[in-house]
Amino acid sequence: MNLSMKWLNDYVKADMPIKDFVAGITMSGSKVETYHEMRGEVDKVVIGKVLDIKKHEDSDKLWICQVDIGQDAPIQIVTAATNVVKDACVPVVLDGGTVIDKEHNTTVKIKKGKLRGAESCGMFCSFNELGMDNSDFPYSSPDGVLILNDDPDFDKMKPGDDVLKAVGLDDISVEFEITNNRPDCLSVLGLAREASATFDLPYNVTEPTFTGIDCDINSELSVTVENTKLCSRYMAAKVKNVKIGPSPRWMVERLRASGVRAINNLVDITNFVMLEYGHPMHAFDARYVAGNKIIVRNAKEGEVLKLLDEAKEPVKLSPEMLVIADAEKPMAVAGVMGGEYSGIWDDTTEVIFESACFDGVSVRRTARKVGERTEASSRFEKGLDPINAKNALYRALQLVEMLGCGEVVKTVIDEDHSNKTPHKLVHDYKWVNSFLGAEIPEEEQITILEKLGFVYDRATHEITVPSVRIDMNLPCDIGEEIARIYGYNKIESTIPKLSSRSRVTKEQKFTDKLTDIMVSQGCLETMTFSFISPKSYEKIRLPEIRRKSVTLLRPLGEDTSVMRTTMTPSMTELIVRNINNRTPEGRFFEIGRVYLPKGSAEELPEERDILCIGAYGPDEDFFTFKGIAEAIFEVTGINAKFEKTVNDTFHTGRCAKITVGGRYIGVLGELHPTVSENYGVKERIYIAEFDIASMCELADSDVKYKQLPKFPAITRDLSLVCDDSITSGEIIETIIASGKHLEQVSLFDMYKGAGVPEGKKSLSYSIIMRRSDKTMENEEADKYVEKILKALAEKNITLR
Amino acid sequence: MIREQLQKIREQAAAQIAVMNDTKSLEELRVRMLGKKGELTAILKQMGQLSAEERPVIGQLANDVRASLEADINNKAAALKAAMTEQRLKAEAVDVTMPGKVRRVGTRHPLNIVLDDLKAIFRGMGYTVVDGPEVEETKYVFDMLNTDEGHPAREPSDTFYITENTLLRTQTSSVQIRTMLKEKPPIAIISPGRVYRPDAVDGTHSPIFHQCEGLVIDKNITFGDLKGTLENFAKSLYGNDVKLRFRPHHFPYTEPSAEVDLSCFKCGGKGCPLCKYEGWIEMLGSGVVHPQVLINCGIDPNEYSGFAFGIGLERIAMMRYNIDDMRLLYENDARFLSQF
Repeated sequence: MNLSMKWLNDYVKADMPIKDFVAGITMSGSKVETYHEMRGEVDKVVIGKVLDIKKHEDSDKLWICQVDIGQDAPIQIVTAATNVVKDACVPVVLDGGTVIDKEHNTTVKIKKGKLRGAESCGMFCSFNELGMDNSDFPYSSPDGVLILNDDPDFDKMKPGDDVLKAVGLDDISVEFEITNNRPDCLSVLGLAREASATFDLPYNVTEPTFTGIDCDINSELSVTVENTKLCSRYMAAKVKNVKIGPSPRWMVERLRASGVRAINNLVDITNFVMLEYGHPMHAFDARYVAGNKIIVRNAKEGEVLKLLDEAKEPVKLSPEMLVIADAEKPMAVAGVMGGEYSGIWDDTTEVIFESACFDGVSVRRTARKVGERTEASSRFEKGLDPINAKNALYRALQLVEMLGCGEVVKTVIDEDHSNKTPHKLVHDYKWVNSFLGAEIPEEEQITILEKLGFVYDRATHEITVPSVRIDMNLPCDIGEEIARIYGYNKIESTIPKLSSRSRVTKEQKFTDKLTDIMVSQGCLETMTFSFISPKSYEKIRLPEIRRKSVTLLRPLGEDTSVMRTTMTPSMTELIVRNINNRTPEGRFFEIGRVYLPKGSAEELPEERDILCIGAYGPDEDFFTFKGIAEAIFEVTGINAKFEKTVNDTFHTGRCAKITVGGRYIGVLGELHPTVSENYGVKERIYIAEFDIASMCELADSDVKYKQLPKFPAITRDLSLVCDDSITSGEIIETIIASGKHLEQVSLFDMYKGAGVPEGKKSLSYSIIMRRSDKTMENEEADKYVEKILKALAEKNITLR
Repeated sequence: MIREQLQKIREQAAAQIAVMNDTKSLEELRVRMLGKKGELTAILKQMGQLSAEERPVIGQLANDVRASLEADINNKAAALKAAMTEQRLKAEAVDVTMPGKVRRVGTRHPLNIVLDDLKAIFRGMGYTVVDGPEVEETKYVFDMLNTDEGHPAREPSDTFYITENTLLRTQTSSVQIRTMLKEKPPIAIISPGRVYRPDAVDGTHSPIFHQCEGLVIDKNITFGDLKGTLENFAKSLYGNDVKLRFRPHHFPYTEPSAEVDLSCFKCGGKGCPLCKYEGWIEMLGSGVVHPQVLINCGIDPNEYSGFAFGIGLERIAMMRYNIDDMRLLYENDARFLSQF
């Protein structure tokens, strides 16, 4: 909403410095986005009267003028203009002044100088150089200097006056961001009410009236509202003997400052009233209302209408849309836009004004469907007041008479199905204070409400809500009104005494721990989008069964159209991006979500938090990467088991599934070369995904200190030979199962080649044994090792 | 005779010690002189030949010689050790300006660094961090939050729908509703998380972004409490000098509602490019919980009241780290991530 400050001042004398106005009105709830002076950069241009004009001695094209600019002595100006004559009043840019260069879209600074020896103290200018156009000065020729002698306001002009002020361009336009709940503030009167309350200034608005000519509209027009649900009130008035012409300057300037271009007096009146009252109006040329009938009805299948929107194709109407029709055809899409055919033309002689209330939701849906979100529809969609509909209509008729652009038929048609029972609320000042935590005296609260237009009954403390205020329903709404006018920032800040206690869940602690471990392992934390392209599943060769995803109805694009069921594509993509950025290596992690759909689409999916790790680079291999996972399990006390597994996403020989007591918690491996290829890279990429909730459940969160060993340990190294197919995991399991007092079993070497038969490998383990009750003797240790070797031998694993 | 021998030993040994430059020969000398089979011991064995008068005198002398030799040897040993240490350190000297051997540690994502700060501040004030689903039912995101059918926020242009009744949450307020339905007051929670809106990716927009919303429901909670809480929060995050400005606004689920501006932490309110020369930076939305929302969740608004607020994490992170393009937060470029 752009507000003309001059217009506002018609109703509230808010003549403080603009900065103070903007700050004050913002802090009472009507947020100002920005403001600008209508004069733009034009500066130091005054009205000058040419007292004398004579030819320049050294030029055929230049004239030397003596110009009265309201000072003691005239100034001399040299001009090449051909339309300047003695006694002409013209705009004069003084030394140091600024005008507009429209052609080059820039400004020009004027300086005093000499033209062929003759001093010139300024420059005459055209309306273009003032930033205006022909429609502002219809009497002036587009070429040459603007001659103001024919101006309608000429008798008010005198030499030395600011020319922009004289022609009404001294306004300030203030742009407001009006919140959804206050459609009443999408109007000059609404903002005037706010300004009046904010700055404690009188609000001078009277109900509009008109005189009218003796004639009954009912004998010339009928109105039928077929759908009273979507149209609660429809008022129509008629104007005869219309004289279409330009609007007066004050109206043009107010419209301009509001961001609306003047068209002609009748159209301007509808726009003017919409801006002033916040209630959109429409005007039909009565000639084109077939059968002199207005029918408010739903559109019929197949109906079309060419709108007043220049050059666009006619829009297709559908039955859920409300239209204003005549006996034959739709004339307007209710609340959105009128049809071109029945609009106002230069030869229009009889006009029907419409002022109505349409259902907000219906207007918004229709506006979107026909692709026209207009000034009108944006107001209707918030729901408009039926009483204001009448005031707006009367204001339009009043303006018609004021501008003398037609004769108003005395009676109006009013198809009214609206509820106009005044809305009442009870004010309890003590409650308001306890609600806000403030101490605002009762009288001050009452004054605030009255200034906002509420009618206060001091006997019952009942307030009557102004009908335009659709947002007032509950005591807390009254609290807000008082708070914002009193000043949010004047209410004392207090710290609540909370009776609740902060709790941290086991999973939250676990997740924090995971994060610390990941950072300690050199991983950079990432953040990827949770929706991905369905093609990603193909790229990572995910089994069909895991591809079923939550799918967006209207995604921004295919790339972000399904909610991921695995984090692998997200991690792979970011690694590939880093590879392509020529970053030589990297370790990454993310604690993110996957979304696993349930049976029906209406059911919410299961959302699981996943720890995804990814790495690549010359120093990374399966075992360095596995080391990251081992760090997690060691720190969190998870007794994880790595088993070789086959997973199409991963390298067939380099992928492990991780289980704890048979329960699956995640997968880890090197991506299958085809998958990397699908992403356009050759590098080896390592990815792991772990289910956080499962890990958290299996983690040892109940850590207890174990006594430090009191007795020495015995270490034995075993170099074993076995078939290639036997895994280290199996050997360690066998050792653990058959050994005694084992403290640690670890692999320290793997060897294949000379000295070891083909198809076999040599694995060396270090075994640490320790008793907690006494020193273990060598003989005892030998006995234990003997047992271990026996168990190993049963599996064909022998000492080397 | 013995006296002369003793004197001689002392002189010879002292001379040998003086020129010695390794510990090994020094130790040999110690054994040779002072050992059980050493020269001094051998001389002392001749003590029996001496008269009773001479014995104590020579005895005393022999002890002096022994003490003197021991001192000389010890001093020399210490000097040699010091010299050796010196030599070793010299040999081991490094160029301290050469790079260290780093075992790289990772980094947190800037958004999570900010979130951790927020969690710490609010946990310190007694709040519990709660989580909830991102794919949500319309009733938790809109209906129960007083955002009726027909509200613009519900339009498909502002919300990603999955079906007519399920969607990607546009705010984490849905978690507040779920909490109020599940738990009785008093409630003090923050609900950080991902939210979704159909904005195409550009320097200042992303279809996925992060919020941290807060909710307090208790007896006698006032608008003043909301102000005090947010002031406390802002001062914890930005220091004691920060000022807050509460500006009336409208949200369907709070009444009164306020947008909160912070005095610009770059210029302190004097005006600079960061605050667009306004001195204030819009930071969060807040308000007193609308009674209808409480009723929707089975909480009696005559008994309980509360406030809610919502903070955008991206905004805080971008301003804290001078990040001028939101896309950087989601591109996961290692060169970016490793800076935090």
